[in-house]
This record gives sequence, structure tokens and C-alpha cells, in this order.
Amino acid sequence: MSMNRREFLQILAAASAAGFALDSRELLAAQSGAKIYDLPRFGNVSLLHFTDCHAQLQPIFFREPNVNLGLGAAKGRAPHLVGEHLLKAFRIKSGSAEAHAFTYLDFEKAAKTYGKVGGFAHLATLVKRLRASRPGALLLDGGDTWQGSATALWSKGQDMVDACKLLGVDIMTGHWEFTLGAERVKEIVEKDFAGKIEFLAQNVKTTDFGDPVFKPYTMREMNGVPVAIIGQAFPYTPIANPRYMVPDWTMGIQDEEMQKIVNEARGKGAKVVVVLSHNGMDVDLKMASRVSGIDAILGGHTHDGVPAPSIVKNAGGKTLVMNSGSNGKFLSVLDLDVRAGKVQGFRYKLLPVFANLLPADAEMAATIDKVRAPHLAKLEEKLAVSEGLLYRRGNFNGSWDQLILDAMMDVKGAQIAFSPGFRWGTSILPGQAITFEHVMDQTAITYPYSTLSDMSGEMIKSVLEDVCDNLFNDDPYKQQGGDMVRVGGMSYTCNPNAAIGQRITDMRLGGKPIEAGKTYKVAGWAPVAEGASGEPIWDVVSKWLRDRKVVAPRKLNNPKLVGMGGNPGLVETR
Amino acid sequence: MDALRRTLLKGAGATGAIAAAMAAGVLKPSQVLAAEYNRAAFEAKDVAGALKGVGASSTAESKDIVIRAPDIAENGAVVPVDVVSNIPNTISLAVLVDKNPSPLTSAFDFANGAVAEMALRVKMGQTSMVEAIAKTADGKFYIAKKEVKVTVGGCGG
Repeated sequence: MSMNRREFLQILAAASAAGFALDSRELLAAQSGAKIYDLPRFGNVSLLHFTDCHAQLQPIFFREPNVNLGLGAAKGRAPHLVGEHLLKAFRIKSGSAEAHAFTYLDFEKAAKTYGKVGGFAHLATLVKRLRASRPGALLLDGGDTWQGSATALWSKGQDMVDACKLLGVDIMTGHWEFTLGAERVKEIVEKDFAGKIEFLAQNVKTTDFGDPVFKPYTMREMNGVPVAIIGQAFPYTPIANPRYMVPDWTMGIQDEEMQKIVNEARGKGAKVVVVLSHNGMDVDLKMASRVSGIDAILGGHTHDGVPAPSIVKNAGGKTLVMNSGSNGKFLSVLDLDVRAGKVQGFRYKLLPVFANLLPADAEMAATIDKVRAPHLAKLEEKLAVSEGLLYRRGNFNGSWDQLILDAMMDVKGAQIAFSPGFRWGTSILPGQAITFEHVMDQTAITYPYSTLSDMSGEMIKSVLEDVCDNLFNDDPYKQQGGDMVRVGGMSYTCNPNAAIGQRITDMRLGGKPIEAGKTYKVAGWAPVAEGASGEPIWDVVSKWLRDRKVVAPRKLNNPKLVGMGGNPGLVETR
Repeated sequence: MDALRRTLLKGAGATGAIAAAMAAGVLKPSQVLAAEYNRAAFEAKDVAGALKGVGASSTAESKDIVIRAPDIAENGAVVPVDVVSNIPNTISLAVLVDKNPSPLTSAFDFANGAVAEMALRVKMGQTSMVEAIAKTADGKFYIAKKEVKVTVGGCGG
């Protein structure tokens, strides 16, 4: 489909509203962007997949990382490719709409040219178009859907539950969903979702008898083909997030159980077996090598927007592994040609959702407006203007995190600050106002307490080592968390290839070495222990922003890296 | 069915099958232990001492011993470990946590061809190898290992 006149006018309007000069070359680039939605049907089984939208109902900016390191076997392999390395590996034209969607390159300028991404009203239009050309297609939601925005937090996920029902989600699995507490999750699954959306997770069991908490898989028939979808929730929720939210549930990867379920589904006649996974891509790649009989893993958690599937060999044949990005920015389209009882071929496309190229679906837009209306004044409060680009993603730090660290150290009078390595959170362009809603995009969790504690140098070292191992352990099954904890105030050197206990060296505060036996004042937030308390982090950050009114570009405190030269998962910027 | 099983078990506890057994002196764990307690093995402070204590002077690695334990413990205080030995004529199984102050956590004997399988909860203070040692009727020892990671948690993506 070529861009129609209305869409073209929308781009013009969006461009002029944003107040930048229109360059015909850029517009042409935008125009060609519309063709990316012109995706001919292939085969007879189609799956649409989005994941990790983190409750972003509205179009947003989202900058992809320039640091996403892969070590050992993962070095130089998807998803550990950034910038030009990613473009080269997937043969994406530099400066194109796709180059903007998949990389951080020239982000500020490209974001102005192509506009915001995602938004459920725009996603709804895209889903409807694809469904019209693909009868019977299933829409899968990989989870991290009910968390990440102010309205999702305040409605305990209800705004997202309603939006997903309207969007026509068929099947979902979860991770951050569980931080609403087990009871709330069960309430939504059993009441709101009844007869509409199936919540699947083969790897969530009760701690007492190991009984399944959710249905592990479902069989659906698509154009006469029996298709099994298996759910795989984030295996380490009870470790990475507060245990007390789901005290009676145990998780883990459980690939032996996965194999049993694949076999059971095949035994019951499934001709296609798909796993809807929240493992994270490195775990999915390993699981695909160990479990046989899975045709495709549609994955999330690590927020990797990977343009093409990784094909993994295993005892039973081959498995396609995909990861569909985050924040509503992408929609995966997997078309399978299933004949004679097996998959004969596939087509895959990870479509960026450019809000300016997809008109808003009226019904979804109205639903979103209704959710926001009672909170609008609060959400749209302009706290300050950012002079620099604010983003979060990256293995070690992001400018948004640096802002949070700076705010914590100032407000709390701390020498050092820690901020969790969350991968969600939207981006802000230079000159854009930071609203309260933007702050919530970075901080909206059910355990938002900010803390100030005395920590010994020895403890600081062991925390950094522990978190670093959760990111760089050479076995993906032993990587439980997000990115590296963001560190403010102190400097350090990191050797990701070293073993735990030896990665972090040369810790310094104000140029002086941090002493193991000395005590330091450390600010932090998002404690996972039960009974923690403290002022919500969004209040700390908002207070700091209101006092400043204009925020200068942040200076990123990144560790000095050892042994990472030439790694295509790393490009130093500025 | 699961709900029924729960109710039955609760009922059994409340109405007395288990309580009665305790009262009658059938279940007195401390006395049972006292009789067969391998003090040298259980109080050994390192793996070598524990192995010596159970009589395993030499062990052969075996894939026929299967350890099921989490890759990362959800709670180091109660780590579920299941061990099964598929080696014929296994007469005892012992489980060690290498880095625990006293590595030997448990040792079970299996009589008269009983299936050598056990499920236990072990306490772990730090990331460690978990080792399972099987003894066969001919006096040979076999071993399998799996690392279980213990982390402070938090920071999840």
C-alpha cells in the first residue's frame, strides 16, 4: 500500500507542528516508510506478536541502545549488535526508516523526521490491516503489558487489560504483571480475561505441590491447521522482583517440562508449536538448542528489536527465535506455510509502528482518552525542559538514569546512588518538556520506595559484582536480571569477561579509592525486600525537576570497560 | 483434584493421622537420627572430609544420576533439590553443597531395590556446586554435579 493523501498530510502536519524545516529527502524517506506495511500474505498460519509494551498507550519516542554486549558465543550475534553493526548484519539501508527504528543512529534528527512510535490506537490500525489480509491470525502479547505508566499503576493494570481486550489480544504471558500481586493477576485472568484472552505459563507452579498456576498451553485451529501455543513467563520474577508479590508461586526455566509439553501438544495433533516467551533472547536461544519440536519462539523481556529470526539447530530440527522489541514500537508478523503436517516455509517481518504513518483507530483512541481524562492535569504537568536527549536503554547507563541518580544524590544528600537497570522507559528529545507522565514512564512500579543507607565499601563491591554477574554470566540460564545497576557518584572499572568477584575493580569516590571497611551514604530505589519504605522515587525526581525548570544535558557516569574493544555490541557515543 | 488433595491433607493433619503417629512414637526423627547418625561425615567442614565420611574415597562421574535443582535459587534458605539415581543397585544417596560450612546435607539408604530417588530442601548461603553421590551394592561410588546460583536479586528488567 502506498501512502495515501491523508497520511501524507498527517506527516506534514506532524512535521510542521514539531517546528522543524522540511527537507524533501527526509519526506521521501518517510513516504517510503509507509510501504513497509504493504505485506503480502504468505502461507496459512499467521501470528502477530508484540511484547514489553510497558503500558505505553500513547505514541512515544524510544531510543535503541548503543551498548548491548554479547560475550563468548553471544559476541557479535543477534541480539548483541548495535548501530552500524546491526544495519550491516541485517542489510538495512543507512538513514532509512528501518535504520531509525532498529538503531540509535542519528536519533534526534531521525526522531523528528519519522515522529513518534507505537501507541495502541496506531497499533490497532495495523493489527486490523494485517488481520484483514490474514484470516484466523492470532495476536500474541508477550507480557510486561500492565506495568510502565502512571495510568497502569493507578488503575492496577485495568487500563491495559481493557485496551488489550479491545485490541483483540488472543493469548498472553507475563512478568511485570506479577508485581501487581498474585491476587490481582488471578482476578484479571479469571474475570476480565474469561472467554477472551488466555494467560499461559508452563513454568509457574505452586511452591507447595508444584501444581500449575496457569494453563500451560492452548490448541487453536487456524485455516484447518492445529497450532499449539505454549506460554513461558519470565523465569526469575521471584528473584528479580519482590518475592512477596507472588509468595506461593515458583518459576524457573524448566526446559524439561517444556519438552514434555511440546511432546504432549504434538501427541494431540499440533502441526505447529509456538512458544510465547518472556525468557529474554539469550535464554530463548539456549532453550531452542535444548528443547526439540518447537517451530518458533516469539520472545521478549530483553527488549531486543531484531529484524530477522535466529535459526537454532536442535535434536529435532530447527527453531526460529525472534524478539519483538518494546514499548509498543514494533509488531512481529510471522507467516508459516504449513502443509503435509509440517512447516514448509516462513516469512517474518518485525514492523516498526510509526504513529504518523498509521492513522489512529477511533475506538481505541476514544478508550485511551477516557482512561486519561480524569488524570490529565496531573499527567501533563510540565516539570522542566530537557536540554539534552533523555533515554534509558544500554547495558551500563542512560541519560534518564543519570538524571534519576543526580536527583537522588542531590535530594537525599548521598555520596553514591544506585538505580536499577530497567530496560523500559521512553525517550525525550532535546528541548522537549518533561512532564510528570514522563517521570512515571521511568518509575511507575508497585515498590517505588527511595532509600538512603550506609553501606561499606565491601558491600558496594559485592552488590556491583552480583548484578554484573546477572548480566554477564557465561550461562544465559544464570542471567536473571535487567541491565547493569546504574551508578552515580563513584567511578569503577568493569571487565565483563572476568568471573564473579573479579569484574569490578578500581572503585573510586572523588578520585580516592573506595575502602572496603569504610561506610558510604548510598541512595537507591525499588528495594525488593518486604517491609521497605521511603518516599516514592517519582516524587524525589519531580521535586528536583521543578526546582530546576531547565535541565542541562547529563554527563553519563559509565564504567571504564576492559576487554570490549571491537565488540559489535558496543559503540561509544560522545 | 488438586483442591481435593489439599483438603485431604489438611484434614489428615487436623484430625489426627499424622498427629497420632507422632503421639504413638512412630515418628521420632531425633531418635532415628541418633541411632544412625554419621557424625564424622555430617560435621566435616569440607567436601573431602564429607566424602571420606560417607566412605567415598574415589568417585566416577555418572550421567545416570540426575539432579534437578534451580539454575538460580528463588530463596537460598530453601532450595529444592531432587535427585534420582538410575544406576542399578543404588543403595544410598548423599547430597553435598560444596560451599556450605558443613557440605553434607543428607544421606539416605535404599533397601531391597527401592527406587533411589529423593527430594529435599537445602539451605545455601552462596553460589555453589550441589553434588549427589550414589553408592551401589558392590561398594562403588558415582557422582553428579550441578551449580546453583544464589543472588541478592532485584534489578529485574
